[in-house]
Amino acid sequence: MKGWRALFYKEILRFWKVSFQTIAAPVLSAVLYLLIFGHVLEDRVQVYGQLKYTSFLLPGLIMMSLLQNAFANSSSSMVQSKIMGNLVFILLSPLGHWSWFSAYVLSAMVRGLAVGSGVLLVTLYFVPLSFVYPLWILVFALLGAAMLATLGLIAGLWAEKFDQMAAFQNFVIMPMTFLSGVFYSIHSLPPFWQTFSHLNPFFYMIDGFRFGFFGVSDVSPWLSFGLVSGALTAIASLALYLLKTGYKIRG
Amino acid sequence: MSAISIQSVSKTFETSKGPFTALNKVSFEIEPGEFFGLLGPNGAGKTTLISILSGLARATSGEILIEGHNVRTDPAQARRQLGVVPQELVFDPFFTVIEALRFQSGYFGIDDNALWIEELLDSLGLADKANSNMRQLSGGMKRRVLVAQALVHKPPVIVLDEPTAGVDVELRQTLWQFIAKLNTEGHTVLLTTHYLEEAEALCSRIAMLKGGEVVALNTTSELLKSSTSNVLRFKLDGKLPPELEVLSRITGRIVQLPAHDAQEIEGYLATLRQAGLKPEDIEVRKADLEDVFLDVMNSKQGAKA
Repeated sequence: MKGWRALFYKEILRFWKVSFQTIAAPVLSAVLYLLIFGHVLEDRVQVYGQLKYTSFLLPGLIMMSLLQNAFANSSSSMVQSKIMGNLVFILLSPLGHWSWFSAYVLSAMVRGLAVGSGVLLVTLYFVPLSFVYPLWILVFALLGAAMLATLGLIAGLWAEKFDQMAAFQNFVIMPMTFLSGVFYSIHSLPPFWQTFSHLNPFFYMIDGFRFGFFGVSDVSPWLSFGLVSGALTAIASLALYLLKTGYKIRG
Repeated sequence: MSAISIQSVSKTFETSKGPFTALNKVSFEIEPGEFFGLLGPNGAGKTTLISILSGLARATSGEILIEGHNVRTDPAQARRQLGVVPQELVFDPFFTVIEALRFQSGYFGIDDNALWIEELLDSLGLADKANSNMRQLSGGMKRRVLVAQALVHKPPVIVLDEPTAGVDVELRQTLWQFIAKLNTEGHTVLLTTHYLEEAEALCSRIAMLKGGEVVALNTTSELLKSSTSNVLRFKLDGKLPPELEVLSRITGRIVQLPAHDAQEIEGYLATLRQAGLKPEDIEVRKADLEDVFLDVMNSKQGAKA
């Protein structure tokens, strides 16, 4: 077994052992969001012409759950191992920065995708949904999961305390997800906020993902694909650099 | 080729009070198969040195080679040669003992390690804890798991950083038997400890660190010879005359004075009698490593504090 696979498997087992908390709970929250917002807004919000609001909302919620859980997995695993001190077992191993990166990011992606699929499966039978371009759905799910898994890894390396991690989550990740068009089409926003939303990389992940379902989106899926891939390359390079130099993990 | 070659290693930390030198040009070699002791008071730089040689920290300058592999330029190979038992009692609360050992094997690229893991569990008295969660183990049991984790990849060089701190007598015995066995099988052992009688019993060669510098480096027997040969030990109520007080080591009522010959001992006793003091439980014993240690630590004032 190549070393990184052991670390990958350890990371999978880590969240799997508490899957009630790491998978079932976020699926339930997303379904609640869908029921409440869907019920309240169904007849009030118009998006993309004939599209039912709940149908519009669902891909947004799936993506939001996927992103948040991918982030939560790599970040909490890293910060916890640092604080508990058990990161030393990996630090003492011969695993290099690529192995660390692959194991932490892929395992966090698995958790994000598991939660996203869970939300989809649970809601499938009461929310009508089309799958116009399944490949785009898959591409944006993977890109989004990789993006947030990598961000989580960086945040986990950076944070020295749990409250720093909570701050990152609450003041960066949460606002960026909520202001990315999960609950609305940004065309319904005033021009200023539309421009603002275009600066948010999360917007492109959700917009591209939604395009896969309905074949309609606020911007071209190719533009979203380009921007998200570019951003992912940039932050992945940063994460690899931090791991290679032992940022905050090797004294 | 040395098992561990430490070449002029320095480490400086930036603190709020300015730079602090934890290690200052430390150099020594540990030969394959040696049982080597690294001693020194708290803050002498032992753990810093071990962190650097195991890749947990980086030297400000100097090089360390493990079995010929440079820890800075070839870290993966260097770490494969090393099994490190960390000083802190760390564990991953998510997993059982056997899972922790399997993962650790996996990080070293070992797919099927069941036989060796079983042997480790047996030798360390962990067999009945294999499926217990790490959280449920007592401190001593966690310490044994740390030892097992350090040995999963059968490293030629074993580093133990104060492995017996806060550990009961039984575990100390089990642990030392096992480590001694590995040593006779050819593994090199580097040990730091606060228990000097352990170091005296186990280590064939010793380095003493103080203020980040090597202040003694010799075989254990030479170190013992170099020191005062005898110690006069007695219990005393009342205050020791000042001329004896500067020479002595006092622990509560127990006074210990270094002595080279019978005449010196007679001299001490005469001084006590003249001062009207009545020492009890008088004995003369051979100097041990603790005496050497205190000798070295007190005499080398040149080393930076």
